[in-house]
Amino acid sequence: MISAPAWLAGGRASPAGQVLRRRLESGDVTVTAEIGPPRGADPDAIRHKAEPLRGWVDAVNITDNQSGFVRLSSWAGSLLALAAGVEPVMQLTCRDRNRIALQSDLLSAAALGIPNVLLMTGDHPRFGDHPEAKPVFDIDSVQLMWAARTMRDEGRLLSGRKLDPPPGWLIGAVENPSAPPTRFRAARLGKKVAAGAEFVQTQFVFDVAGFARWMAEVRDLGLDRRCGILAGVGPIRSLRALEHMRAVVPGVHVPDEVARRLSGLPADRVADEGLRICAEITRQVLQIPGVSGIHVMAPGFEQGIPEILDHAGIRRRDPAEPASAEPAAAAEPAAAGSVAAGRDQSPRSAGAPGPRSGCAH
Amino acid sequence: MVNVRKGFASRAARRGPGHPEPAAAGPRPTQPRLAASLLYRVQRLLAPNPFYRRLARWIEASDVSYRLFAATEKAAKSAIFGCQMCGQCALPATGYACPVTCPKQLRNGPCGGVGVDGSCEVYPGLRCVWLVAYERAEREGRVADLGRLQRPIDHRRWGQSSWVNYWQGRDDGLWTEDNGLNAARPGIWRFAASMAAGRQ
Repeated sequence: MISAPAWLAGGRASPAGQVLRRRLESGDVTVTAEIGPPRGADPDAIRHKAEPLRGWVDAVNITDNQSGFVRLSSWAGSLLALAAGVEPVMQLTCRDRNRIALQSDLLSAAALGIPNVLLMTGDHPRFGDHPEAKPVFDIDSVQLMWAARTMRDEGRLLSGRKLDPPPGWLIGAVENPSAPPTRFRAARLGKKVAAGAEFVQTQFVFDVAGFARWMAEVRDLGLDRRCGILAGVGPIRSLRALEHMRAVVPGVHVPDEVARRLSGLPADRVADEGLRICAEITRQVLQIPGVSGIHVMAPGFEQGIPEILDHAGIRRRDPAEPASAEPAAAAEPAAAGSVAAGRDQSPRSAGAPGPRSGCAH
Repeated sequence: MVNVRKGFASRAARRGPGHPEPAAAGPRPTQPRLAASLLYRVQRLLAPNPFYRRLARWIEASDVSYRLFAATEKAAKSAIFGCQMCGQCALPATGYACPVTCPKQLRNGPCGGVGVDGSCEVYPGLRCVWLVAYERAEREGRVADLGRLQRPIDHRRWGQSSWVNYWQGRDDGLWTEDNGLNAARPGIWRFAASMAAGRQ
């Protein structure tokens, strides 16, 4: 067996594998945040963004050419985050890859020790810096999760061919509770859970009442017992950002009362008020039954994420477990796979009582 | 460079009412032209039976009749649904609004980019086809259909007659029986047994 390269070993060892999984299973407030990889070949860019988040977050999402703008790839960014001692969630979209490339990248992620993947359809390239590109969309996000779960739990590719050993990541999804048809959004998460999602991160929540309605439907379907639910939060730090959020970012709904609170202020006080609103929303969503935690999105303001969390009353925790001494190369994903497979055999009918473990039940 | 951009801008401004949006690669969301209630009734008339199976085999027996039939199907379905001829029709499970006209070709429901006003994120002037599907399914009491998991499609079937495939049972298992939450987890393969046995 080939062991992990030395430069990788430190990173692999330090997060001790499964911080996000364990946090979700513990029932504590889970915190993830988003890091955008650089447009450029600077390997330190991810480290600079990730290191200040150690202990504050359980895992960081590494975006996959977000909004269709070319960046360093999410698997490379995930490796750099591992090396910086922060557990990554590798985002993977269907926009740029067909099913061959998707499955290949998923396998690669497992072999490199990336413990979490977040599978999504992705923005249309029309919004990106290459609007003339061919959109792929060979399969959609539900089908990708379904394929990933099949790879892990049944050890087979979409072709039916066997994988040896199968991969072992935690499978994540996204959902946007505020996008029409809102009455279908919980059912849509249900499809993702049925396909294989074990945690979900939502789009920005600014309309807490609407989010609470969605959560009520999620609980009715029993999804909160089978899937960790992380509410997306983030600060609006300027009036330009507010305008951008309302007019440009697809699917984000900023209600009028939030906009009013910000737009009446002098420019130098908007950032503070935005932070205050974000903290209020964070506290409110964490009160909603079934919510496992939050997912913080602050593009271009990653260094401010500890401040955001501090405002919301979330304290820094010891960076998870002590670093394991040996960089268990390919053994780790395989072991994780068996854990997942083991959990998958447990009773999981929607009505089955059970501890509020984060996921998969 | 500047001139080129100017050219684009003026061309966009000249665009008629038929093309209110700048183009993006891929299809445009299309509103079906017939009521869902009518189409569910038509579906009952077209359900596979020995007669249709024989008809489908007869059509397939000759290249000419197949092409003629497929061209007719294409003309009818593209006029009504904006059909793209994927050859594996999802319409009976999507409120008879075609998900293949979604610019992202989503088969499992709307993406997260639907505007608060119901607009498509790629074509803000057009309504999301999945939102249309939801509203049509809701009116007909068929929302549960949208919860079925749609399996990955076979891209070799583009251009084929979906009716011929449907009548011969080749569309069986395109989607799951239900939302997959209550029973054992649904398998991703349409023919799981043959898949497990045949390929190693």
